[in-house]
Amino acid sequence: MNPRDVQLGDWMNKATKILRNVFPGRKFNRRAFLLGATSLLGVTATPWLFPSRSEPAPMNPADPTRVPGSPARMYGQRSPFVEARRIPALTRSRTPLQDLHGVITPSALHFERHHNGVPAIDPTRHRLLVHGLVERPMIFSMDELKRFPAVSRLAFIECSGNSGSQWEEPVQLTAQQIHGLISTSEWTGVSLALVLRESGIQPEATWILAEGSDAAALTRTLPLASIIDEALLCYAQNGEPLRPEQGYPLRLLLPGWEGNACIKWLRRLKLVAGPLMTREETSKYTDLMPDGKARQFTFEMEAKSVITTPSGGQRLPQPGFVEIRGLAWSGRGRVTRVEISVDGGMAWQPAELQEPVLPKCHTRFRLGWWWDGKEALLQSRCTDETGYIQPTRRDLIRVRGTNSYYHYNAIQSWKITKEGRVENVYV
Amino acid sequence: MCTCKRVRLGTLAVLCLVWLCVVGVGGTRIPPESSQTFGLGKPATSAEIQSWNIDVGPDGEGLPPGQGSVQEGAKVYTATCAACHGPTGREGPMNRLVAGEGTLGTDHPVKTVGSYWPYATTLYDYIFRAMPPTAPQTLSPDEVYAVVAWILFQNGIVDETTVLDRQSLPAIRMPNREGFVPDPRPDVP
Ligand code: HEC
Repeated sequence: MNPRDVQLGDWMNKATKILRNVFPGRKFNRRAFLLGATSLLGVTATPWLFPSRSEPAPMNPADPTRVPGSPARMYGQRSPFVEARRIPALTRSRTPLQDLHGVITPSALHFERHHNGVPAIDPTRHRLLVHGLVERPMIFSMDELKRFPAVSRLAFIECSGNSGSQWEEPVQLTAQQIHGLISTSEWTGVSLALVLRESGIQPEATWILAEGSDAAALTRTLPLASIIDEALLCYAQNGEPLRPEQGYPLRLLLPGWEGNACIKWLRRLKLVAGPLMTREETSKYTDLMPDGKARQFTFEMEAKSVITTPSGGQRLPQPGFVEIRGLAWSGRGRVTRVEISVDGGMAWQPAELQEPVLPKCHTRFRLGWWWDGKEALLQSRCTDETGYIQPTRRDLIRVRGTNSYYHYNAIQSWKITKEGRVENVYV
Repeated sequence: MCTCKRVRLGTLAVLCLVWLCVVGVGGTRIPPESSQTFGLGKPATSAEIQSWNIDVGPDGEGLPPGQGSVQEGAKVYTATCAACHGPTGREGPMNRLVAGEGTLGTDHPVKTVGSYWPYATTLYDYIFRAMPPTAPQTLSPDEVYAVVAWILFQNGIVDETTVLDRQSLPAIRMPNREGFVPDPRPDVP
C-alpha cells in the first residue's frame, strides 16, 4: 500500500466515526462511507442520510419536497411506478408497444426469440471464425472486432412470425400480444464487409452461413451480394454492450430483414457457393401458399404500421381529445406516408411523421382526433419509399391464403365501442 | 507567361501536398472499395475450424464418416426422442416429424419432415446440432445416421433395411423437393 492510501484510509475511518456519532442509530462502515462519498461528488447531500444502497427512499411520500430522496446509483433503474413489461413465454417475449414513446425500444424491453435458451457467454472467450471459400481462414476476438472502424445506426428488428395470430380468426389481444415481436435500437458494430476483407473472399463464394453460439447453434445462409452493403456485426445496443437476449457479445444485423436471419451470439461465418438449406430456411421461415408451394428466402419485412394508442384492451375514459399514435416501418427503406382512418377505411387523412424518418427504422406517427363517443373503426396505412402501400387484410389473404404463417403485414383495425373499449376486429 | 505558369504549377503542387496530408498520409479513412486490410484477427488453425465446422450441405458436404440403420434408429429414437415427439413421431407433444403427405395445399396443412422438408441432409445437420434440446451435439455420427434413417422410414421415404451414410443420405430425394419457390414479393395488392 502506498502512503497516500494509508492517509486516505485514516481519513475515512475518522469520517465514519463522526458519522456514527451524528447518527447513532445507523450502521456505518467503510464500504457504505465510500458509496456515500462517491455519490457526494454528484452534489447531493442525501447520501449522508442514506449511506447504504439497501435503504431506498420511502415509496410514495405525501410530499417529496419534504423527504430526502435516494442516493445515486451505480446502475439506474426505472421508477417503481412504471410497469411496462414484456410478456415472456419459454422461447419468446413481446415488446409492450402500447406503453412506449418515440421510436427506440429500451433494451430491457426489446422482444426476444430464441430456440434453446439465452446462452451465458464470457466475452473474453468468445471468438468469431471466418472460413469456407476465403483466402485466409481467420479468427477474431471481441477486442479485435471492436478495433475495426465502428458504425452506429438505428434499425428495427422484426420477427417474421410477428402478428401471425392475425391469419386466423380475430381474438381479443393487445398491440403487444399481436405485434410485439418488433423493436428498434441503435446498433453499433463493424461492417461485415470490413471483417471479410481480412479473410479475403474466393470468387465462387455467393452465400454466407451465419451460426450462433447458443444451444440451438442456430444457422441461416444468406445471399452475400444482397447483404454486404448493410450487414453489421454488432456488439452494442443503445450505447451499451448487447443484452444477452439480443446476442451478447456479438450478433448479425441485417437491416430490414427478418429477425431470425440476424443471427445472435454469432460465432461463425462460412462462405459457401449456395444456400445450405438449414432447418430454419426450409422447415421454418418459409411461407406456404394456397397452391401448396412454399416461398423460400423471403427475407425482407414489408411496410407495416400499427396504432398503439388507442389499441386493444385499452379504454377511452370519455369523449373528447385523443391523440392517435402509432409506429410504422418498412424493411425496404423509409416510410413516406402514414394515413389514418376512423371509419374503417372509407376516408383517410395523413398523420404527422416524427422526424427524423430513417430507413428500416421505426417511424412514430400521430394525429389529433376528437372522439364523439360513437362507435369508430381506427386504422393506419403506411406507404414506403418504393411506393409500396400496406395492404388490407382481405387483399393480403386473397393472394397468400391463411397458411403462410410468416410475414403478416396487413392493416390493423381497432374498433372503439360506445363505452370506449378498444377491440381487435377484421373489416 | 512563363512565371505565371510556374506559379500555377506551384500552387497545384502545394494543393496536392495538402490533399496528401489530409487524405493520404495523415488520413485514416479507408474507402469501402479499398482492399486494404486492418491487420486484425489471426489465422484460424485447422483444429479451430474442425471443432465448429458442423454444417451439412444439401450435396452432403460436411457429413462425417459413420453409418446407421433403421433398426438402430428405432432404439435411438425410443430412448432419446420419443418423449417429446411421440412413440411414432406423429403424436407430439413437440413438432410432428411424420406424415402429412398431400396436405400442403389444403386448409389444414401438416408440415413434417415427410411432407415438407426438401432435403434429407437438413435432418442430419439439425438433429446433430440441436437435438435432443437437453443435450445438443452429443449424438455420435452413427446414432444420427440411424435416427435419420428411422424418421425417413416412418415417413415411407426409405425401406426397413436401409442403412444411411455420407454417400446414401444426400442421394435421397425428398417428396417435397420441388415444393419451394423464390420470393416473388411485392405481390399484394
Ligand atoms: C425435450 C424435448 C425434445 C426431445 C427429447 C427431442 N426433441 Fe426434437 N424438438 C423439440 C422441440 C421443442 C423442437 C422445436 C425446436 C424449435 O422450433 O426451435 C424440436 C424439433 C425437432 C425437429 C424439427 C421439426 C420441424 O418440424 O422443424 C426434428 C427433426 C427433431 N426435433 C428431431 C428430434 C430427434 C431425432 C430427437 C432425438 C435424438 C429429438 N428431436 C429429441 C423437442 C425435443
